[in-house]
Amino acid sequence: MNLFGKLTWDAVPFHQPIPLITSIVILLAIGAVLALVTVKGWWPYLWNEWITSTDHKRIGVMYIVLALVMLLRGFSDAIMMRGQQAVAVGASHGYLPPEHYDQIFSAHGTIMIFFMAMPFIIGLMNFVIPLQLGVRDVAFPTMNNVSFWLTASGVLLTNVSLFVGEFARTGWLAFPPLSEIAFSPDVGVDYYLVSLQISGIGTLLTGVNFVTTILKIRAPGMSYMRMPVFVWTSLASNLLIIAAFPVLTATLALLMLDRYLGFHFFTTDGGGNSMLYMNLIWVWGHPEVYILILPAFGIFSEVFATFSGKPLFGYRSMVYATLAICILSFTVWLHHFFTMGAGANVNAIFGIASMLIAIPTGVKIFNWLFTMYGGRVRFSVPMHWALGFIVTFITGGLTGVLLAMPPADFLLHNSLFLVAHFHHVIIGGLVFGVLAGYTYWFPKAFGFTLDERLGKASFWCWFIGFYLAFMPLYALGLMGATRRMQHYDNPAWQPFMIVAFIGALLIFAGILLLVAQLWYSIKTRDQRRDVTGDPWDGRTLEWLTLSPPPHYNFAVLPDVHGEEAYWTRKQTAIKLDRLIEEPDYKPIEMPLNTPVGVICAFFTSVCGFAIIWHIWWLAIAGLIGAFAIFVWYAWQDEHEHIIPVEEVRANARERRRIRMEHLHELSQST
Amino acid sequence: MSATEAVAIGLTHGGSEDTGLGNRGPESKSIVVPYGFWLFVLSDIILFSALFATYASLSGATDGGPGSQQLFDRTTVAIETMALLLSSFTCGLAMIAAKRSHMRWTQIWLAITGALGFVFLFLELREFAGMISEGAGPQRSAFLSSFFTLVGCHGAHVTAGLMWIGTMMAQIWAKGFREHIVRRLLCFSIFWHALDIIWVAIFTIVYLIGTLP
Repeated sequence: MNLFGKLTWDAVPFHQPIPLITSIVILLAIGAVLALVTVKGWWPYLWNEWITSTDHKRIGVMYIVLALVMLLRGFSDAIMMRGQQAVAVGASHGYLPPEHYDQIFSAHGTIMIFFMAMPFIIGLMNFVIPLQLGVRDVAFPTMNNVSFWLTASGVLLTNVSLFVGEFARTGWLAFPPLSEIAFSPDVGVDYYLVSLQISGIGTLLTGVNFVTTILKIRAPGMSYMRMPVFVWTSLASNLLIIAAFPVLTATLALLMLDRYLGFHFFTTDGGGNSMLYMNLIWVWGHPEVYILILPAFGIFSEVFATFSGKPLFGYRSMVYATLAICILSFTVWLHHFFTMGAGANVNAIFGIASMLIAIPTGVKIFNWLFTMYGGRVRFSVPMHWALGFIVTFITGGLTGVLLAMPPADFLLHNSLFLVAHFHHVIIGGLVFGVLAGYTYWFPKAFGFTLDERLGKASFWCWFIGFYLAFMPLYALGLMGATRRMQHYDNPAWQPFMIVAFIGALLIFAGILLLVAQLWYSIKTRDQRRDVTGDPWDGRTLEWLTLSPPPHYNFAVLPDVHGEEAYWTRKQTAIKLDRLIEEPDYKPIEMPLNTPVGVICAFFTSVCGFAIIWHIWWLAIAGLIGAFAIFVWYAWQDEHEHIIPVEEVRANARERRRIRMEHLHELSQST
Repeated sequence: MSATEAVAIGLTHGGSEDTGLGNRGPESKSIVVPYGFWLFVLSDIILFSALFATYASLSGATDGGPGSQQLFDRTTVAIETMALLLSSFTCGLAMIAAKRSHMRWTQIWLAITGALGFVFLFLELREFAGMISEGAGPQRSAFLSSFFTLVGCHGAHVTAGLMWIGTMMAQIWAKGFREHIVRRLLCFSIFWHALDIIWVAIFTIVYLIGTLP
């Protein structure tokens, strides 16, 4: 038996210049960062304040940092594909060989959905939900830390495939029979499967955590119909996680059994049925779309209300629309494969169900428009993203309605029209949403605002870049161009491909401007401090506390009156020109830091790597390690520490002084 | 300022008006922890539902190999079912003993629960081994792949439950009936009962329907 399974030196891409150079550059960059941290002596700070933190705000920030790094990684894949298609026509075959190109589009989809969009959304939910609910942490702070590190473990394994071995060449959902061992004998699909299994467990635990938090841990008086809409949409999203992610876990596990143990679920022989995989994966895959977009809808709801200076129009209808989408999302999965041939009636039912989703979504759009109507709209950066979203998402949604018609879908299936459609709604909905949320909540997280000028410049680059990059793809799709082409022969397509490439470059400029905005804002942070804790004249409870909030968020849990908890308080205080009477402060019990998450992720990463390369002894060792760390954790007696009342009181008094000053300013200005 | 005035203008501490559900503030850990665990168990049941769907759609795909009629033995399954259902009962008795902080009986009932789990697992593995030796292993056909996966996944859960029982017995022995340990024991019992519910479905859908004359 070979001690290292399938792993040999051939796995390292010495003879392929692009992955080799990328690997070396990335390894050097990681080495440089680690060296810097070591030389500066930042390890204790990183370990105590971030890596082992159980503070939902810190974990949220770590998720978002992870998502931004993966945005860069996924985007570099995107621009390589657009570059390839801009040149690979006729006699020219471009600079990417097919086996490499196929890995790039597979990695792009996998990374953007699982390791960019999901961590970004989960990061924002982590940061915002407990603050908006007026409480001190999520239901299970330690599990929250574990969830983050499991996600990071999945990210790590996916990216290791760049240096050791290869990634899947099967597209982002690894459809069998192509992904079966008979047709993909290398480790690419295994990297895909193992990474997603590990990060999927993390996501499932997050879902359990947030649903419990929202349903069981809220400030006094925060009844359901008083929760901010972002909390509502997050609740719907996390319910979907609980209901959908186990199906993903099961589906990927079945494919693993096929590949590792010779089972016959989706194989071409032995009675296997690959269409079963399509059904199962899309039973997860379609709700996943709403897992991502619903929280983005929530962000926009907060942004529209705040920057219009009005309560959200139609709060209740917004809640009902959210829950309607939540349920409908489970009734449409078959529209991803109308061409399977399930028959006219089945296709018709799923087509109509798909179109039904446009109704609650339309309700939301009108609510946002009516929120702005008659308000004093401030065109700050989050509002730019929100308005760009309205325009883009409506048109993107309409192309979705088009695709929901089975006869049209038979022509457009697997074409660039489809690619244009889902980028239209994902970039126009989700990416604009998370970037709006990032700009909106940044001052709450770090205590200073982001630069407006650079933010607007970035928005315009993204906005125009998106249209340049994807409108040509609609035309190409109608002209018959299929997706995932490494090369094509029709020269009439090339001008469209070149325009799309220019659009991608413009989006790249938008990303660079985001980096510049962050850098410039950090440099000038002393001029842009958010001293009041309420930089946007907000309406929900996160703006009640300091920026950044203390570890425990609130010295006393706020009492909630009415739909807009903070707005009501603020207006009353302005009217009376005084704050609520000082409460009786008490010591606060907070969860201790924990190394469980990072150690567990270390063992699962080792175990995952060993499974990918068939190094069985190491896989078993990794599993034992992961189990041992949990038993060790369960054996600890102390999971909380007490923050003394003196500290709480001193912080709270300082906060009251600042709010009082702010109050005087406000009452003078009105 | 009077109390009603304070409420009217939205300035109170810990005395918000009654709005029905959710006006009480954060729930205690004894509510939150089992609630979260229930959600986890529900997600586990959804995982099984995907496996049930797979089994249902592949149960006819025998690829010329043996089908359920030739393979399943109702007697073994009846004993397995008895062992598992009985273990749920003893698990309940262990919970009652734990509620009364009675060390000896808690340990005894947990041990019996574990032993019955072992009996179940032994019979299941014997059934699997018998089928594999007859050439009816999971690689034989899609039907057998889905059978071994569905039933095996339940068996894997029972195995995890046995490891959990062992850890709980050791913890109660070493630390006594502390609040968080009893809470954990409650979570274990939820898990163990859920395995029973899933087994009832397996028993019906796989074994009973599979051996209908």
